[in-house]
Amino acid sequence: MERLNVNPTRMMLTTLKKRLATATRGHKLMKDKRDELMKGFLELARENKELRQKVEAQLAHVYDSFSIASAAMSQEMMEEALMYPKQGVELSVGSRNIMSVDVPVFDFRTTAADEADIYPYGFATTSGELDAAISELSSIFPTMLELAAREKEAAMLAAELEKTRRRVNALEYVKIPQLQMTIRYIMMKLDENERGNQTRLMKVKDMMLADAIEEKRAQDEASLERYAE
Amino acid sequence: MYKIGVIGDRESVLGFKAAGLLAFPCDTPEEARSTLKKIAKEDFAIIYITEQLYQYLGDEVEEYKDARLPAIIPIPGRDGSLGIGMESVKKAVERAVGADILFGGEE
Repeated sequence: MERLNVNPTRMMLTTLKKRLATATRGHKLMKDKRDELMKGFLELARENKELRQKVEAQLAHVYDSFSIASAAMSQEMMEEALMYPKQGVELSVGSRNIMSVDVPVFDFRTTAADEADIYPYGFATTSGELDAAISELSSIFPTMLELAAREKEAAMLAAELEKTRRRVNALEYVKIPQLQMTIRYIMMKLDENERGNQTRLMKVKDMMLADAIEEKRAQDEASLERYAE
Repeated sequence: MYKIGVIGDRESVLGFKAAGLLAFPCDTPEEARSTLKKIAKEDFAIIYITEQLYQYLGDEVEEYKDARLPAIIPIPGRDGSLGIGMESVKKAVERAVGADILFGGEE
């Protein structure tokens, strides 16, 4: 692991220690977020999968019904019958916040005045199979909407999870070890300097002592000489 | 108020019109692409696309994947499911978890 390229000074050490504390705290928070997201996501994905299976099965059935209807009627007749829909759907979009992910919530309202009267044609020229197909389709519509909401939610959560996971890993395996390494390097460097200083002082002290002794000796010799005279 | 759109071949989307959705019949992938581009700018909250067309629109759809709206949802077309919808659920799981853990034992 590369250590950061910094000057080994005391000031840098303090800065790095602060950064390490922040990184550690951030890592813990991110990890919590990741775990919580994961918990929600797995449940959601499972639900999503079941819902999709259900919708696909139901839709296949609806298409079958439409096939039968179109077999009983001519293509033009059918297009004409369905040209102006009576039923409308109004969708309002709210939002829900899951771990700071803003997911849309769909809420729909049908605009047809009467639930039983959603067929946009007179019954004289159309076949009964078409009625069945349309009623079937409108009955599975809420499930389809639910699927859309779930799937969007799952996709957005997945994106957020991916981001969070990457951040956790980057902090855990790169940023934090790097900071620790650099802090250790600076501390060692500072200790080394300290020891160097100590030795130098001791050396200087020795030299000063030697000088003093030398001087003292010279003095003694001089006074001894004076005494001998 | 938001709208719901369906893009697919003429026969598949016909019925959705009756259910109150806005249907955009498209016969070619290019047509579907330009339709999607056009309506994604309007206030559509959900756009269903039949898998038969969805498979050609991968890059276009990718753009809206992380956006809040619109939600682009593949649905099976009249000719049956191609498994693309399931694939996208699976992909989301893989993206989030790093490995596929929901569909493992079934294939």
